Formats: sequence, C-alpha cells, structure tokens
Amino acid sequence: MSEAPVLELEKLRVWYGSARGPVRAVDGVSLQIGAGEVLGLVGESGCGKSTLGRGIMGLLPDGAVMDGEVRLQGENIAGLSGRRLRQLRGPEIGLIFQEPMTRLNPLMRIEDHFRETLRTHEPELSKAEIRHRSLEALGGMGIPPTRFRNYPHEFSGGMRQRIMIALALVLRPRLVIADEPTTALDVLVEAQILGILADLKRNFGTALLLITHNLGIVAEACDRVAVMYAGQVAEEGDARTVFGSPAHPYTRDLLRSVISLRTTGLHYIPGAPPSLVDPPSGCRFHPRCSNAMAVCADRDPVEMRAETGQRVRCWLHGPQTQIPAGGHDPLVREEIAVAEEA
Amino acid sequence: MARQTTSLRTYALTRLVLVIPMVLILLTLVFFLMRVAPGDPVSAALGGRLSPQALAERRHAAGYDKPILVQYVNYLGDVARGDFGHTITDNRPVTEVIVENGAATFELTTAAMMVAVVVGIVLGLIAGRLRDTPVDVGIRLFGIVIYAVPPFFLGFLAQLFFGQKLGWLPTSGRASPETQFLLSIHTHFFLIDSLIDGDWAAFKDCFLHLILPATTLGLIISGVLIRLVRVNVLQTLKGDYIEAARARGLGERSVVVRHAFKNALVPVVTVLGLQVALLLSGAVLTETTFNWPGIGFELVRYLNNRDYIAVQGIITFFALVVVVVSVLIDFVNAWIDPRVRY
Amino acid sequence: MSVQPTERRLFGAWNRTLEPIRDARGVPRWILWAGVVLTLFFIIMALTAPWISPYHFDQYKDAAGHRFPKQGHPSSEHLFGTNVQSTDVLSRVIFGAQTELKVVVLAVVVALAIGLPLGLVSGYFGGRLDRALVLVMDALFAFPYLLLAIVIAFLLADKFGQGVATAAIAIAAVYTPQYFRVVRNHVISVREEPYVEAARALGARPRTVITRYVFQNVIQSVPVIATLNAADAILTLAALGFLGYGIQPTEAAEWGYDSSRAISDAGAGIWWTGLYPGLAIVLLVTALTLLGEGLNDVLNPVLRRRRIEPVTLQASVGEAEVEM
Repeated sequence: MSEAPVLELEKLRVWYGSARGPVRAVDGVSLQIGAGEVLGLVGESGCGKSTLGRGIMGLLPDGAVMDGEVRLQGENIAGLSGRRLRQLRGPEIGLIFQEPMTRLNPLMRIEDHFRETLRTHEPELSKAEIRHRSLEALGGMGIPPTRFRNYPHEFSGGMRQRIMIALALVLRPRLVIADEPTTALDVLVEAQILGILADLKRNFGTALLLITHNLGIVAEACDRVAVMYAGQVAEEGDARTVFGSPAHPYTRDLLRSVISLRTTGLHYIPGAPPSLVDPPSGCRFHPRCSNAMAVCADRDPVEMRAETGQRVRCWLHGPQTQIPAGGHDPLVREEIAVAEEA
Repeated sequence: MARQTTSLRTYALTRLVLVIPMVLILLTLVFFLMRVAPGDPVSAALGGRLSPQALAERRHAAGYDKPILVQYVNYLGDVARGDFGHTITDNRPVTEVIVENGAATFELTTAAMMVAVVVGIVLGLIAGRLRDTPVDVGIRLFGIVIYAVPPFFLGFLAQLFFGQKLGWLPTSGRASPETQFLLSIHTHFFLIDSLIDGDWAAFKDCFLHLILPATTLGLIISGVLIRLVRVNVLQTLKGDYIEAARARGLGERSVVVRHAFKNALVPVVTVLGLQVALLLSGAVLTETTFNWPGIGFELVRYLNNRDYIAVQGIITFFALVVVVVSVLIDFVNAWIDPRVRY
Repeated sequence: MSVQPTERRLFGAWNRTLEPIRDARGVPRWILWAGVVLTLFFIIMALTAPWISPYHFDQYKDAAGHRFPKQGHPSSEHLFGTNVQSTDVLSRVIFGAQTELKVVVLAVVVALAIGLPLGLVSGYFGGRLDRALVLVMDALFAFPYLLLAIVIAFLLADKFGQGVATAAIAIAAVYTPQYFRVVRNHVISVREEPYVEAARALGARPRTVITRYVFQNVIQSVPVIATLNAADAILTLAALGFLGYGIQPTEAAEWGYDSSRAISDAGAGIWWTGLYPGLAIVLLVTALTLLGEGLNDVLNPVLRRRRIEPVTLQASVGEAEVEM
C-alpha cells in the first residue's frame, strides 16, 4: 500500500462517566486502514469495539470524552465541530448499524430516505439523477426498482439491511464502518450480506472496518484483523497470519473456543471480561491467561512485532530488555478462576 | 396507489363493523342508568303537577308501563330511527334540542379544539426539543397549572376583569340580544349563518362572544396536549432511525423537525380522539360558566328538573358522538400510519 | 430476627423503587420535591383543619353571638373575607382541603381496589372474560367523564343523599376503567417477558406467577397513575360541586360549591369569595400533578435520564514506562 491510509487512529481513547468511575471503553487504540482494505475488528461483548466505531463517526452519547487522533485521509477529525462532522458523515464515512429493523423511519418510503440523503449532501443533483443513483445503489444490493416506493415494514430484516447498505453506499464514501451488520440476521441472510460487504472493495473501492464478535466472518471477508480486549488492541495483522499463527494468548484461546463440526470438547476461557472501570494492572488479560508471567501483572506490555509479522502487545514477545529479573517466572495466583465481573 | 386505497377501504369496513358492539354497550348503559332512579321519569318530572289520571295517561303514552325488556327493545329501535322522544317539562322534541343546542356546543368545542391544538402542539414540540432547559420547564409548568385551573375559575376571573373593569369581551351568551333577534337561522352555527347573510356586525358580535369560552376551554385542554406531545418527542428522539439519520450526516434541525416531530405527532392523533371526551366534559362546565346555550347547559337544566327523557336523549347523543369520533380517529390514524392498515 | 420471605421481597421492591428517586438530579428532582412539599402542605392543612382554622366552616356567628358581616371585605378578623352566607372564607378553604382529600383518597382506593385486580386477572388470563371486560371498560372510558359522574352522583344522591361517600363512589366509577386499562396493558407486556415465561416453564402456578412477578412489576406504575388520577379527581369533585351534584354544603365545605356561589358575586365586584377557593383548587391540583409528573420522570425508564458524570482523562498509566 503506497497510498496514504484512508483511516488512521492514533492512541484513541473514549471514556464514559459512570457512578463507579470513568469507564475506559477505548483505552489507547492505534489502527490503520488502507484504501480498499477490509479490516476486521473482533472482540467479546463489552470490549469497546462498538464505542470505537461510534467514536470515529463522532456519534458518542453525552458525557463521553474522546482523546487521541482520528485521521481521515490525513485530516484529524477527532473533536471537530458538529457542522464539519455532518459534512463528512455520509459522503466520506458511512456507518452500517447492527439492528436493521428499526433503523429506517417507518413513516417514510425508501424513496424518501434516498432523496433526503442525496439532497442534503449533493444538492445540485436533479430529481432524475437522484432517482438514477438511488436505483443504481439499490440494484447493486438486489432490490428491484418496483419496490422503491415501499415502506420499511414491507421488507424483511435482510432486505432492510441491504437497503441500509445501499443508503450508505449511494454517497460513495471512502470508508464504511459496519458495526455487527449480520448479528441480528439469520445465517443464510448473513452469507448474502457478507458477500456484498466483501465485494465493496471490488465494486466500489471502499475501505471497510468490519466490527464483529464472530471470528468466522472475519476469516472469510477480511484482509487484516485486529483483536480487541478490554479497550485495547491485543493483536493486529494479516488475517491469515493471525488465525494461522496467533501471537497473543487471547487470540489463541478465542480460536480454540470456536465450535466447528470437528469440535469434540467445549473450550472456554476461564473468568469473565474485566471491568472497564477498574481494569487489571499491567496486561489486562493476565488474570485469565494460562501463559501469564510475573511481569504481566506489573507492567503494561509494549507493542512489538511477532516473528510472523503481526503487531502484538504481550510480554511473551518481549522486549526482553524491559522485563526485570524474575519477570519470566510464572505468575503466582491464588485462584486461576478469579472472575472479575465486568 | 391502487393497492393502498383498497386497503384503506377494507380497514374502514372492518372498523365500522367493530363499532356495533361498542354502541350497543353504551346504549344499554344509558338505558339502565336512567332506570336506576326509583319510579319512572314521568312521575319524577311532573309528579306534583298533574292528576294521577293524567300522569297514568302520560306514562302509558311514553311507554313506561310496559315490561323492561320491551322498553329496552323499543328504546333501541327508537334510537335507530332517530326518534328521541319529547321532553317532559317543555314538550320539545329532543332531536330539536340536540340540533339547536348541539350546534352551539359544536361551535364552542371546535373553536376550543383549534386553540388547544395550536397552543398544545407548538409548545409541546418546543418543550421536547429543548428538554430540561428553562424554556422546557416553563412550558411544562404552564401546561400543568393551566390544566389545574377549573373552567369556572377562569370564567370567574374573566368576569371580574373583562366583565367589570375592562369590558372588552362579553362574558355571557352566544350573541347579544339584538343580534340574536335579527339573525336568520340556517345551520344553527351562528358564525356560519352570519357569513351566509353577509352580516359583518353579527359575525363580529358572535365571534367576540366565542372568544372567552373557547379560549378558556382550549387552554385547559392544551395543558394535556403539551404533556403528551412533549413525551412523544422525547421518546421519538431516542429512536434508532434518528441515530441512523444522524450517521448519514443529516443536519440536526432537519432530523428533529422532519423525522422526530412528524413521528411524534402520529400517536397524538389518537389521543386527540380521546380528548373529545375531555372536551365534552369541559364544555358542560364552560357552558354553565359563560351561559353558553349549548347541549351541556341544557343537560344540567333538564337534570335539575328531573326531565329524564330529555336527559336520556342527550346522553344517548353524547354516546353516539363519542363512538363516531373514535371511528374517525382510527381512520385518520390508518391514513397517516401505513403500518396500522395491515 | 428473621425477615419473612414475603417481607424481604416487598422491601426489595420498595428499595428498587426508591433508588431512582434518591438518584434523581436536575430538573426532575426539583419538580418532584416541589410536588412533595406542596402536597404535604395541603395534607397537613387538611389533617389539622379543626385546630388551625379560625372558625368552623359553617359558622356565621362569633363566640359572643354577633353575626359575621355578609360578603365582608378581607379584614383582620376574616383574612379572606366572608361570603354571602356570612361564613368565613379562610375557614371554608381550610376545611375544604379536608373534604377534597377525604373524597379523593376514598375514590382512588375504591377505583384501585376494583380496577387493579380486574386488570391483573383480565390481562393475565385473557380469553372471553378479558374481551368482555375490555369492551365494557373501553366504552366507559370513552364516555365524557363528567357526564358519567354527574349522572351517577345524581342517581346515588336520590338514594343515599349527597355526601362524601356518594361523591367518592361517583368519581371512583369514572376512574376505574382507567386503572383497569393501564394495569391490563402493563400485565400484557410483562406477561410476554422472558422471565415470566421461564417461571411458567419451571412449573410455577398462575397464582405464584401473578403475585411474585407480574404484580410486583405492575405495582411500580401505580403510584404515578394514582397521583395523576387524584389530581383529576379533585377537578371532577370541584366540577360536581360547582354544578350542585357534589357534597351537601351543610355537611362539609367544598371549593367547587363555593366557586359556584361566587360567580354572581363577580358581577358586584366582590372578588374574595371566588378567588380563594379557586386558587386552592389550582394549587392542590398543581401540587398533585407535579408530584405525579416528578415521579414519572424519575421512575419511568422511558423518560429517565442517566446522570451524566464528569470525566477527566488521566494520563495513560503505564504507557511504556521504559526503565533500562
């Protein structure tokens, strides 16, 4: 990739206020997505991936604070004014939500949705052009023109999600963020939608940030993958490399928990996701890690490159120079299965 | 388009059929309520004034010596034919009472409803948009206090100020005696009749008489509407499609006005129908306060004179009005919200 | 000191209800507390009426036997003046509070006692009983409430006289359909909740499911409805009194009745006989509405606003503390 990345996150933090203290939903994330690339963002529920998606768009609820940089085509959009953000949302970045059933205004026809969106961002278009563009986008999703004037409730969940994708693509953004786009859909529909998303690159040259908890989807559709845990990126690299030779114990455990036709025994990671208000000291995964060393409970791991090429934050990969004497000893714990309730 | 009109028609027919049980129940209720009182209506009204023979004759003529079930069937038949009988005390056909005084009440309630809708909806939308700001609190307080003011208190204050000290607006009756004497009756709606005649002085006079009672009743009802519209706006703004619209970069103002307000007002239409019951109740009080010769005013008068036939007829009329209005509201609802039709 | 299981359950529910009230901040909090203070003011006034009122509500002579002035201006002896029957307006306002609250509490209790169980049973079991009840209640609900109240009060008055009980029953009859409706709708939505389904799947008897799950959930919406209803009921009672179908003036002082007597006074420029009873109605209804709205803002999950805590981003802890 010789071009500048479409999206660059640098040390992004998103914290919420709560009665118990600040919730560190995103706590120092740095990522890059190149033009036309598909980056999968995986993690368990509550690890902060949805917050990350919304933070990039500037759609955080009241009371959330953001820190760090979000560079879209080189321009830092973190903390921009509402007006500028509104200009970017849609034509530059699109967002596809998880739950398609409720994301369309029930009182507006599909035609109205498209007309409104196009008029807002490209006011110079004529009525005929608007119609042409809309039908083109819908056609690409397999929605026939005869249904252009239907209401949202006349479509199934899968079709509504396709309409949402078409609505996002009609403005031809450079980057699309898909936040768990198939979680609410059944498996067959999921395959269709994934196929469409995977084709985005081919048909439109759009970069895609695919947020999901489903590893299978990532393996199918993504070029690169980032694994998130407790608000931080544990491992990130080429999808095949990460899945083939996982560098981080968490990734390894995740992959082992995936159920396939060959599964004979259920594997799970002991414990529960940590509290984001008061995360564990040092490496946040250490309470549940079977490879934990003494240093892991003490110090935050440093970002390193594994032998197979991916970025990883784990003391198993060094740097040796920063591990004090005795740091390599296995971590002494009272109970391995101490669960910290998230 | 053709598909829609048929659906609305089917819906209309189904809805009309469902009206019948409700009408029957209300009529039965009215019938039996009127017969809870000991004795029969004729004796109650004219007991002391006629000889026992004359009383018996009247009773027979009115059908009160027949068994109850026969009376019930006759009552239903009469209502179906539109025959409400004659009042006992002043021997007017009850239908005449309904038409003449009903028109007066209709004029009053329509004007009041217009005031209520304009004030209530506008203030409710503003309050919902500016949640928890001083404007919102002020509007809410206004709505609460104005609903707490009984019509007769407002009437009392109006009498004090406008009647005595300022004398701008008349506080009693539908029109001054001269106007009433000169006005030729076509529809019993004084405002319309004076327009038909081209009599500007009469129109102005009737209009002035309408202002105080209509504003009094209208403001009180607006209190309810403010609360309802506000809550609906708040609820709608939380909707998923609102977030999706923001994610497409739509301006905050157009999101709120075009998506939220419109969707918030849809349930209000249903509630408007419920307000009719409130309106009619309030009308009785308002008419008594301002000496407005409407049907509520007459009801109180006939009730005081123990004229049960008149009372029965009037209350039956009210029941029918309520049913008709509720059906109309359902129609409008189906027309506005396409989801309801299916 | 073992707490019986039922008690513990009730305490739990009570605490869960009170928690959002304690947490309330900002505008909803002010509305709620304003409502509480104002309502308490009237309740205390009603309870202590015989002691704080300068005179009895139908007293027209002083201790020495001198007659009070008729329609007298407000003065030091009669702070709110006197009305056409030479009774003290202030006393009538104070005793009126007693009357209003007596009737309204009775009416709300009766309406709840009928509407709540009916709504519970009808909503939970459904079927023909439910359909029949809904039809009847909807018909009653759609009818102009004042007319219904007038007719019932009128008819009951013939048999039982115009007293507190009659008025209370008339008002209760008007509001019972409302409780029925609200409770029933709530029960229906709760009935479909997964935890109720789970209980049924585990073999819980309908009675257990209703009392333990459904009732506890539904009961949470009752305080708001009851309070707002009480506000409405006061207006209805005053309306009945104004039209003459309320309480006998000799039995108790009632603000609506006093207002009706005062209308003719307005023509003669006498303002105190109508102003004070009217203001009392406005204030009490406002108080109850503020209380109800405040509770609703705080308890209703739809409207509840999570408290926004301020957040400060501390410097990232342990970011590559390089120690060679």
